Amino acid sequence: MARSRRREAVALVMPSLVPILVLSVAPLVIGIALAFTDARLVRRPDYDFAGLENFLDLADNALFWDSLRIGLTWTVSVTVLQLAAAMGLALLLNSGMRLQGLTRVLALVPWAMPPVVVAIMWQMIYSANSGPLNALLGSLGLPGDTNWLGDFSTALPAVVLVGVWVGMPQTTVTLLAGLQQVPPELHEAAAVDGARAWRRFTAVTWPSLRPIVASITSLNFIWNFNSFALVYVLTEGGPGGRTMVPVLFVYLEAFKNREIGTAAAMGLVLVIVIVAVLALYLRSQFRHDTERGR
Amino acid sequence: MRSLVRPAQYLALAVYLVFLGFPLVWLVSASVKSSGELNSLSVSLLPQEWHWDNYAQALERQGIVRSAFNSLVVALLSTALVIVIALPASYVLARVKGKVRMAGVAWILVSQVFPVVLIILPLFLVLRTLRLTDSLVGLTLVHMTYMLPFALWMLQGYVAAVPVELEEAGAVDGAGRLTVLRSIVFPLLTPGIIATAMFSFVSSWNEFFFALVLLQSPENYTLPITLKMFIGGEGKVALGPLAAGAVLAAIPSIVFFSLLRRKLTSGLMAGAVKR
Repeated sequence: MARSRRREAVALVMPSLVPILVLSVAPLVIGIALAFTDARLVRRPDYDFAGLENFLDLADNALFWDSLRIGLTWTVSVTVLQLAAAMGLALLLNSGMRLQGLTRVLALVPWAMPPVVVAIMWQMIYSANSGPLNALLGSLGLPGDTNWLGDFSTALPAVVLVGVWVGMPQTTVTLLAGLQQVPPELHEAAAVDGARAWRRFTAVTWPSLRPIVASITSLNFIWNFNSFALVYVLTEGGPGGRTMVPVLFVYLEAFKNREIGTAAAMGLVLVIVIVAVLALYLRSQFRHDTERGR
Repeated sequence: MRSLVRPAQYLALAVYLVFLGFPLVWLVSASVKSSGELNSLSVSLLPQEWHWDNYAQALERQGIVRSAFNSLVVALLSTALVIVIALPASYVLARVKGKVRMAGVAWILVSQVFPVVLIILPLFLVLRTLRLTDSLVGLTLVHMTYMLPFALWMLQGYVAAVPVELEEAGAVDGAGRLTVLRSIVFPLLTPGIIATAMFSFVSSWNEFFFALVLLQSPENYTLPITLKMFIGGEGKVALGPLAAGAVLAAIPSIVFFSLLRRKLTSGLMAGAVKR
């Protein structure tokens, strides 16, 4: 009986397992292996084991480290600003205002749109001579001729703003759902004790939201770090590499320079970085929770 | 003091609405402006005259119809495949306790962490060996595989909500496991299946990276790639048709997501809060 049940379970899982093994696990293993070879993207692949050579070369590759720095700047700024903006909107929506329905629908649209469409839309908005952003600034008497996506100093912030626009809605909706699980009695009790809005937020709302904030921040961090289409379509990494996030850098190394071994090594370094950052973040969260006696 | 709170809140809400909504309004507005108006220095929110030609032009000369059809085929096929293969597995994932479930859930989470960029290289080589690069079949298989973790996660949540007693009642009446699944469990999952399918469809319809790497011939391009190719390349872009094409590409996703809104929230919440 037990054996036939196990066989049944295996039969039910198999259709998922095969594509996962072939198109997900195997590539992952091969990808890690490739990092230790000198493979190039050519018609008839012929490559040798290269040991740690790729990694040693990477140590000297200033452009790669630049892109890692840009990528972390992009990821952290987008993730933090997403959370802050989403928290504000979620609190507003939770305070029983009108226009909730409209705001909620509107809030999910950015997240649903194809990233390419989002990028095209914002290119129009940032456009130096026919864009509404410059027109608005001009009409306010400010300098209205900035080439937002083409200027060294404004390109990265401009791209970050688009990232916030895209990811904020989903974060808002999740936070809102979390806010609605905070028992109103807690707020009432705090209000009776004379706590003002800010104090009620820090004493009641924030602690109850902590687990949700921890998990969406982690997920947003991963998604933002790995996001490709948005930056690729907006700037292609330019101007002068100022928005060259690492995923884009690796893509170019593999499919333009055709250096697969190097690209795989870079990818592996990225995985290590992302796991390390997440581990540090989650550990600090955990420590905070245990200190508070949870 | 109190009376100032509400107006301040509405002001803040208005700022959010403009931030979220203005880009959308601008895109739609650009899609019905004449090219003269689009390139003029005087910028206005609403078009001076409505100019539907952009849509006709986008549909006519830019390969949009072909690539929209490609996108549709890939999205429908990969969605159907995802549901068919994920459904049985999600049942096992939800019902089996212990190490197997732990391993499954761990894999689902880990699969979200890995940068696609590390997998895309060997995946490209694997597909090239199978002669499936630059093919919609290859892209379909890849989309299917990368939608699987999330589909499994969503579906197993819906399975867990089906009371085991219903299955036991069926088993007592002498039905085999597969009969019980087909006639009792799967029908109850219909709403969950629809939600998962809509989500998968949108993910595939919007997907950019794999399509960019895998597809080389313009006749195989999906809609996002074709739109991107409008911008790059030859000289001045026709902004109006580009905006029109972008609006058309966004419509299916937006329609599906507005239908899915509630389900997604509760589904993602379950994922976020459950420990």
